[in-house]
Amino acid sequence: MSLLTLSEVTKIFGGLVAVNDVSFEVEEGSIVGLIGPNGAGKTTVFNLITGNYHPDAGDILFDGKSIRGKKPHAIVEAGIARTFQSIRLFPTLPVLENVLAGRHCRMYSGLLACMFHTPDQRREEKAAVERAMQELEFVGLADKINEEAHSLSYGNQRLLEMARALASDPRLIILDEPAGSMNDPETEVLIKLIQAIQKRGVTVLLIEHDMNLVMRVCEKILVLEYGALIAEGPPEAVRRDPRVIEAYLGQD
Amino acid sequence: MSRQNIFSLIYAQRGILLTFVIAALPLFLDRYWTDVFVSVGMYAMLALSLNVILGQAGIFHMGHAAFYAVGAYVTAILNTQMGIPVLWLIPVAGAAAALFALVVARPIIHLRGDYLLIVTIGIVEIVRIALINDIFGLTGGANGIFGISRPVLFGYRIKTALQFYYLVWGMVGLTVLCFWWLSHSRFGRALNCIKEDDVAAEGCGINVASLKLAAFVIGAFWAGMAGNLFAAKMTIISPGSFTFWESVIVFAVVILSGGSHTGVLLGTVLIVALPELFRDFADARMLVFGLAMMIMMVVRPQGLIPPMPRRYAHYLPKRRQASAKGDAA
Repeated sequence: MSLLTLSEVTKIFGGLVAVNDVSFEVEEGSIVGLIGPNGAGKTTVFNLITGNYHPDAGDILFDGKSIRGKKPHAIVEAGIARTFQSIRLFPTLPVLENVLAGRHCRMYSGLLACMFHTPDQRREEKAAVERAMQELEFVGLADKINEEAHSLSYGNQRLLEMARALASDPRLIILDEPAGSMNDPETEVLIKLIQAIQKRGVTVLLIEHDMNLVMRVCEKILVLEYGALIAEGPPEAVRRDPRVIEAYLGQD
Repeated sequence: MSRQNIFSLIYAQRGILLTFVIAALPLFLDRYWTDVFVSVGMYAMLALSLNVILGQAGIFHMGHAAFYAVGAYVTAILNTQMGIPVLWLIPVAGAAAALFALVVARPIIHLRGDYLLIVTIGIVEIVRIALINDIFGLTGGANGIFGISRPVLFGYRIKTALQFYYLVWGMVGLTVLCFWWLSHSRFGRALNCIKEDDVAAEGCGINVASLKLAAFVIGAFWAGMAGNLFAAKMTIISPGSFTFWESVIVFAVVILSGGSHTGVLLGTVLIVALPELFRDFADARMLVFGLAMMIMMVVRPQGLIPPMPRRYAHYLPKRRQASAKGDAA
């Protein structure tokens, strides 16, 4: 069974149909890319999945259960973590705390336990810090734990966002332009990282304009144009699809 | 020992030092100044509780006097009408204020910044006017409530300024300890995340609405307890003690403080005790106050003492602790 299913999802902003009757499936354990020209509605699709927007029609199933209408934090709890297109870290908090923020929804200490610093709370805190460190080692930022997030380079900020997302134990991670503002060597690191995420058993859904990255890592590609899905399939097939070529290069 | 070491020792032991200073302070104060510092202590409790809401979660809440009033009036009513000892009413006053906060904050919690600020100003006015109008026939109207009994602790009746000084500052100490731990937990971290970027906080799994509400409830609980102490100290309370102006003072303390607990204590002393020194210039108080605020905004916009970064070195595995040294500096 597929991990994520969108069925006939539509989102309308005023008179603009931003996402038009889109249906697709993301298989568990795969890496799926969502591409399309600017303004095609890719980020809107992501925001629909993560609960920032609610669909006007259609349904979104995660692991067989509808997540339509749930709040973003509840969707993270359900197992979908995300990164943002425009980096959204907590700029003045240290790197480690940014990752701990992602761990928050897997921690259970209540208000009183926090206030009275109970042994259970301390144990949980220690485990959370250790887990956050593992994620920082995973993305390669373990030597920067005390730096404020805004002082990192853009490439590292993207990696930090990924570490934060991974800290919430997601089954599906949604990356919105992970290679944005990265240079070539950084993108190479990112490609390895995305593959490593898949090896951990986490499903990846990503939006990316860097075709080199998309063609190399994705097993399935979805192409969106004017809010509608125009092609779907493995990279080689999508690359040769005349409708995709037309959407990207225009018609003569 | 180098000078640097001495300073870092003072810094590390600042809690103990501060405790000694506060404990010894009445030795150097006359009755009048002891009284002033009792009220500093009560304002400090209020400001510390507002700090959770305003300083840590960044919620612009200017109606803290409303929760203070609920705590004071619940204490006064239950004490004068049912004869329940004042100290027993501390948790009751807190719980009543927290419940009130839950009810009034629930519908407005999604408002942002200045919109929320306006509504919270409304809350404090509504409470004050309700009290003046003798709501439910319990609050005694504009005259307030008389004859609240003194607290009795282990058989000792607390009535002098000095006794109140230790009662109030004992509560402040407890408050600092609880809120220190709170700010060093997932709760405090999450509030800071909300303050920095609430969309990102929600997007990484933090339940923003319920945490903001929790901040309100916990802040109100403490404000209610401060209200209890106020009622016990004054033995007479009236709506005039819970005006919008009280909220503004506490708000100003928190903004001025920079958000750390030490900063809040220092800010309270500056804003509540310092004007007592300059009684002769009482007419110019607002002028000085405004000028001081403006100078702060220009010279030190982050506030007097911003909170230190939380430390995690003791949670890290040994081999990491070396690399995390910067943490302890």
